[in-house]
Amino acid sequence: MDNGTGIGARVKRKEDQRFITGKGNYTDDINLPKQTYAYFVRSPHAHATIKKIDTSKASKMPGVVGIFTGDDVAADKIGGLICGWMIHSKDGSPMKAGPHPILAMGKVRYVGDHVAVVVAETKDLAKAAAAAVDVTYDVLPHVVDVAEAMGHKAQVHEVAPDNRVFNWSIGDQAATDAAFKSAAHITKIDLVNNRLIPNAMEPRAAIGAYDTGMDSYTLYTTSQNPHVARLVISAFHGLAPEHKLRVIAPDVGGGFGSKIFIYAEEVVCVWASKRIGGRPIKWTAERTESFLCDAHGRDHVTHAELATDAGGKITGFRVHTKAAMGAYLSTFASCVPTYLYATLLSGQYNIPNIYAEVDAIYTNTAPVDAYRGAGRPEATYVVERIVETAARELKMDPAEFRRKNFVTQFPHQTPVIMCYDAGDYGAALDKALAIADYKGFGGRKAEAAKRGKLRGIGFSAYIEACGIAPSAAIGSLGAGVGLWESAEVRVNPVGTVEILTGSHSHGQGHETTFAQLVSDRLGIDINNVSIVHGDTDKVQFGMGTYGSRSGAVGMTAISKALDKIEAKAKRVAAAVMEASVNDVEFKNGTFTVKGTDKKMAFGEVALSAYVAHKFNSAEIEPGLKESAFHDPSNFVFPAGVHIAEIEIDPDTGVTDVVNYTAVDDFGNIINPMIVEGQVHGGIVQGIGQALTEGCVYDKASGQLLTGSYMDYQMPRAADVPSFKLDFTCTPCPSNPLGMKGCGEAGAIASPAAVMNAVTDAMGLKDVAMPASPQVVWKALQPMKKAAE
Amino acid sequence: MENFTYHRPASAADAAAAMKGAKDGKYLSGGQTLIPALKQGLASPSDIIDLGGLKNSGVTVGATVVIKAGTTHAEVAADAGLRKAIPGLSALAGGIGDPHVRHRGTIGGSIANNDPAADYPAACLGLGATIHTSKRKIAAGDFFTGMFSTALEEGEIVTAVEFPIPKKCGYAKFPNPASLYAMVGVMAAQLADGSPRVAVTGAGAGVFRATAMEAALAKDFSAAALNGVAVAAKGLNSDLHASADYRAHLITVMAKRAVEKAK
Repeated sequence: MDNGTGIGARVKRKEDQRFITGKGNYTDDINLPKQTYAYFVRSPHAHATIKKIDTSKASKMPGVVGIFTGDDVAADKIGGLICGWMIHSKDGSPMKAGPHPILAMGKVRYVGDHVAVVVAETKDLAKAAAAAVDVTYDVLPHVVDVAEAMGHKAQVHEVAPDNRVFNWSIGDQAATDAAFKSAAHITKIDLVNNRLIPNAMEPRAAIGAYDTGMDSYTLYTTSQNPHVARLVISAFHGLAPEHKLRVIAPDVGGGFGSKIFIYAEEVVCVWASKRIGGRPIKWTAERTESFLCDAHGRDHVTHAELATDAGGKITGFRVHTKAAMGAYLSTFASCVPTYLYATLLSGQYNIPNIYAEVDAIYTNTAPVDAYRGAGRPEATYVVERIVETAARELKMDPAEFRRKNFVTQFPHQTPVIMCYDAGDYGAALDKALAIADYKGFGGRKAEAAKRGKLRGIGFSAYIEACGIAPSAAIGSLGAGVGLWESAEVRVNPVGTVEILTGSHSHGQGHETTFAQLVSDRLGIDINNVSIVHGDTDKVQFGMGTYGSRSGAVGMTAISKALDKIEAKAKRVAAAVMEASVNDVEFKNGTFTVKGTDKKMAFGEVALSAYVAHKFNSAEIEPGLKESAFHDPSNFVFPAGVHIAEIEIDPDTGVTDVVNYTAVDDFGNIINPMIVEGQVHGGIVQGIGQALTEGCVYDKASGQLLTGSYMDYQMPRAADVPSFKLDFTCTPCPSNPLGMKGCGEAGAIASPAAVMNAVTDAMGLKDVAMPASPQVVWKALQPMKKAAE
Repeated sequence: MENFTYHRPASAADAAAAMKGAKDGKYLSGGQTLIPALKQGLASPSDIIDLGGLKNSGVTVGATVVIKAGTTHAEVAADAGLRKAIPGLSALAGGIGDPHVRHRGTIGGSIANNDPAADYPAACLGLGATIHTSKRKIAAGDFFTGMFSTALEEGEIVTAVEFPIPKKCGYAKFPNPASLYAMVGVMAAQLADGSPRVAVTGAGAGVFRATAMEAALAKDFSAAALNGVAVAAKGLNSDLHASADYRAHLITVMAKRAVEKAK
């Protein structure tokens, strides 16, 4: 319906009023009667054996309610944290998952590892007492660098003597090697995908509360997927059966993946609440804890080779990646460098032979898991950097080299599982070239040179797979869960609508976009629709929000439930208007009977459904409420072309992103304003990865050197230009709304575009990310010397 | 944060008395360093003596410029008289930290703290300022004695900073990309008597003068005069964001830019 708030309208975000006026309801805003506060004792060492934990002094400190250690966890038989995706090595052996107790048992494996918890009347008292917990450590050798960890003398877990979690492969090695044997040219590159710290605006927080009367638990937590948290805490930690555990994720201030995972602190709060007689326990991470303990992202070291024939066609691609897992396998860590990474190594290109091998490796660092894009930024970085490099080596225009190799026929089966369903990569390239004025680049470069600046341009023709995921397919690949989504549509007697969704909004604007779908379908005012999410007692079930799935999967579930609502409402309307249901039509919020002037508004039908006076309740059940589960039949494949143009000041090494063009194909778009916002945010995060953000552990001490904003540089508004965005549209054929996903694309595409531009400007094959002023300046020195 | 006793004296004498009576007292001016240190538990003084009650702020432009110690960076940057008299100092104040810092932080607090990456010490040393305290007047060259240390004695309070008006001066800063503190900041000035001054902050243990650059500028106060003139890397700070070599290089780049900016 075209009512200004339907699909395609730039509706302002309904939720922003409360967010920007400080009226959001975040976990830390919630205070329960008799609440206590937790503070965690954390490891100061990268790797050590715990000889003794002496709590005698701390337990006598003022306000202390309880102090718990791994011994208490063991006594209560609370299970450890799990990794929910089984990966098998090439040789068929299962991945080597070391134990990950919610409080350390005998060993600590990274700086910040959770050793004990102090529960007290206030946070300050808990913190003071935590400082008095005396832990005796026997320090062990450590390793923090993934490139050095395999076979290092520091052994992170007994189950993995060489620190290797798995050695996994995908693709046809023999066929790929054969393609390289007959190649006219081989391009080789070594790349590091730098480790990132997520930095959600709201730190993680939890309140665990045990109800002694009901013998049940409630956990308020900063989660992107409260039902998954409930499932894991119930099934694996063994805390309580699901019907005795309620998980509420209220307003959540950003996640970027880091709040998908089930962490120790949240489980400790809800478990320990019973230990202290049912008093609620609150924990809110300090920013330092966020840096130390939130699951980090990326951290890959890769060698890649690309084979081309004499005509510039890509004939083979082989990749070897070492992927850091950190000290423990986080919830979805194992699928990130495998099925979310190597399955995208075909990029937008027709590559007949691909072979990739991945070593997942333990290091004495914070765990690494999904972070905005999760595997796909790493894949795009490898593909787009080597494609650009190949074009340079072949002396071909990088745009035309890409075009020559684009997939043009759909569906397209790649050699690495994915089957691309729809796309028009050439159209996005054409549009991006025009917007970026590619033809004028030479002139701009010459003009910049007059000002003493080095100007470069770089492409990233990315593709990603999101809308995760078809359950049976991922199940066959090792996933421990299905990744469908559920929705319930409750029409109230007055015709207002509540949507209960398993998708979770933590910045994405679902309260607006989901309401737009309902407004569009039912012809009702957007303000008469509310979106309920984030509470396992309210929402029937849900798999949560990540992998750009809430549109393609979550909204499709809503759409299916709306189909049922429409069908039921038609039956009610037919009965009330004494017509055949086949003659009832529904348009713009009104039910009409074909060939008559009979009509009923949607609200009237809703009321009739609940009043139930005018139909036979034996034939039509009263009420108007339907639910649906939607399991997607395929991934969705957003793709596009991003072009970055940068200038380097050779005197200081400062890189300035001066132009940035993004042309994306997200299929059909519900709210262009929100989509543009997602793209902006994603690009900024990617520019952050390329130029400013880098998590650094000190090799000698194992300490996190970038443990605060004094040393970890988040990108700022002044660091990025005004982006030039546009879209192409090939509707997705695997969901009725034709939607793809937009949440991660910016972060997936932009690092490669920026680094291709930086290396273009410098005339170098590679420069390390983040290409900070110091890194760029140092890389320029040998060239300056050569020129002198 | 630990508990402390809070004082808000109305005079410098009362402030000094409160400090004398404190077991481990700290003066509080704008609090832009002290408050974060308290919050992180890096400082836990017994007493906080808030100098805000002294109401000691304002900029006076005459034969010299006198900036009272409690004047915020924003007030300094906005002062029309100063902008005319010493535009380079005005610009320096307007570039300290961020708007929050500039509206709380004060010149007295900044120089008394003497953070090696603070901007004001470069202005004081580069312009040949005199520091007025509750006890005496101290030349800038004698005031800054090293990392976080000054010539201030126990209980002594900075009351004002007096800047002679130079012929021209300029300040160029290369901020630490993360913290935005000066990784290298250079004040280049041509004093009233025509002699050049180059003061460098952020690069070493404390602010220092680049004498070789001053010698080069004495012959020709131009950026070109600094070509090939460098401060030795040895002894400079080295960290994640900038090695000593890179800092040494940046000193020359920033010095040239400061000279170009000078007015």
